[in-house]
Amino acid sequence: MSLLTTKNIGITFGGLRAVDNFEITIEPGELVGLIGPNGAGKTTIFNMLTGVYQPTEGEIFIGDKKVNGKKPYQIVREGLGRTFQNIRLFADLTVIENIKIAFHKDMNYTMFEGVFRLPRYWKEEALITKKAIELLSLFNMEEDAKNFAKNLPYGKQRKLEICRALATNPKLLLLDEPAAGMNPLETKELMETIHFIRDKFQVTILLIEHDMNLVMGICERLIVIDYGMIIAKGTPDEIKTNKKVIEAYLGS
Amino acid sequence: MVALKDKSRDYSINFIAVILTFIVLMAVIKAGLINNYVEGVVVFAMINIIVAISLNIATGYLGQLALGHAGFMAVGAYTAGLFIKAVEYPKYVEMIIALLLGGLIAGVSGLIIGIPALRLRGDYLGIVTLGFGEMIRYTIINLGDITGGASGLKRIPKLIGLPEVYIVLVLVITFVFLFIRSRHGRAIISIRENEIAAESIGIPTTFYKVYGFFISAFLAGVGGACFAMYQRYLTPEKFKFMFSVELFIIVVFGGMGSITGTIIAGGLLAYITEKLYAYDELRLIIYSILLILLMIFKSDGLLGRSEFSLVRTPARIKHLFSTLKAKFGKGVA
Repeated sequence: MSLLTTKNIGITFGGLRAVDNFEITIEPGELVGLIGPNGAGKTTIFNMLTGVYQPTEGEIFIGDKKVNGKKPYQIVREGLGRTFQNIRLFADLTVIENIKIAFHKDMNYTMFEGVFRLPRYWKEEALITKKAIELLSLFNMEEDAKNFAKNLPYGKQRKLEICRALATNPKLLLLDEPAAGMNPLETKELMETIHFIRDKFQVTILLIEHDMNLVMGICERLIVIDYGMIIAKGTPDEIKTNKKVIEAYLGS
Repeated sequence: MVALKDKSRDYSINFIAVILTFIVLMAVIKAGLINNYVEGVVVFAMINIIVAISLNIATGYLGQLALGHAGFMAVGAYTAGLFIKAVEYPKYVEMIIALLLGGLIAGVSGLIIGIPALRLRGDYLGIVTLGFGEMIRYTIINLGDITGGASGLKRIPKLIGLPEVYIVLVLVITFVFLFIRSRHGRAIISIRENEIAAESIGIPTTFYKVYGFFISAFLAGVGGACFAMYQRYLTPEKFKFMFSVELFIIVVFGGMGSITGTIIAGGLLAYITEKLYAYDELRLIIYSILLILLMIFKSDGLLGRSEFSLVRTPARIKHLFSTLKAKFGKGVA
């Protein structure tokens, strides 16, 4: 069964047709890239998939469950994690607190149990602290646990955001331009990280990216959109030689 | 990592400190070292601190600009006042019910206001809460048959003194402190930090905004109930917009997101107000000057977002000394 299926989703902002007739099927374990020129509607698609925007038509399924009309926090619970193009960390909190907040949905103690510090509070807090440290150490960031997120170098902030998304235990991870603003060395490291999380967490990845080295290097399948419509689908090699894609990027 | 046995030492230190303060306070009263007037000043400062802490939940932790907390305090005060005038129970039973009831009704009014208003952000939310605060006051004025209208609610039995208010204050502080350091508190702070990110990792932000606002209004109501039971008469005049601003000043002064900062600022401002009582108008000017100075030298308030900690202070002082020593030693060498 496919992990994510969309049927003819589209969205209109006033008179602007931002995305039209977008169809995608993602199988478990895939690493898919979504590319296109600036303003093509890539982030809008992400926002529809994660419930930030409601598509004006069409249907979105996660597994066989229809998720149209669900709020972003409900879609996270269905197993869809995401990062943002412009990093959105909890800047004034420490690294470990950033991760701990992402475990919120896995915790069950009530306000009463929390305020009176009953056994379930200690048990669950100890568990998520342990899990958070484990997760950070997988990314070699356990030494930064007590640092404020805003004080991390850029590359680590990106990593932390991915880390935080992974803490929600997603089946499908949406990465919105993870390499934006990175130098070639950081990009290379990021590629390794992406491979690593895919193997380690058995997570399926859909990513938006402009860095063609990264896209061609790690994606198994690409979807190219322009003006809100799909103009090509296929393997990186097929896309490289596709006339429409070259036109969209370079102009005819 | 986090476990009860690590924390129990910290908890006991704080508990002992609270008890010691209480004993000192009682001894001072019993020995007649402070008169009724000073006691009154201290009690009103404590009540202001309770309400300012409640406001700090909405502004400092939840990150929403709320300018109508005098209104919630008024709801709590009038609820408690009307309740204890109407019933005849043993003193402490009546007091506890009045506190809870005042909090509850204020909390419910917080929900009624919060559910529509929290869709707004920043200045807009500030204006709406300000308006609602004034609406509450006008409602009280116009319900003259029940509330006594503009002339006020009189002859409320005095059920509370300095020791009781102190206990309520300690309970409120303890509650907020423990609440903020639980998963619910973290969810509320994440909304302040970045609402979109919070939503994207599974925090139902609308729910937690309303929830935080409810708790904030609830505690403001508890503060109001204390006020009613100590002051013994209530007038709508007290709960004007300027009072909301005064509370806000306490929060800003102490640091948004710092409970101990609010306590210090509440005490400090009460002291300044008292010293400047003779120059009523001038007081506001000095207030403003203080705020301007604060904005220039420490724009996030006295304590910012950090807390004063009895447990960690010795270590912090030691650390300070060792760094100073290192500097000094270098200088000599």
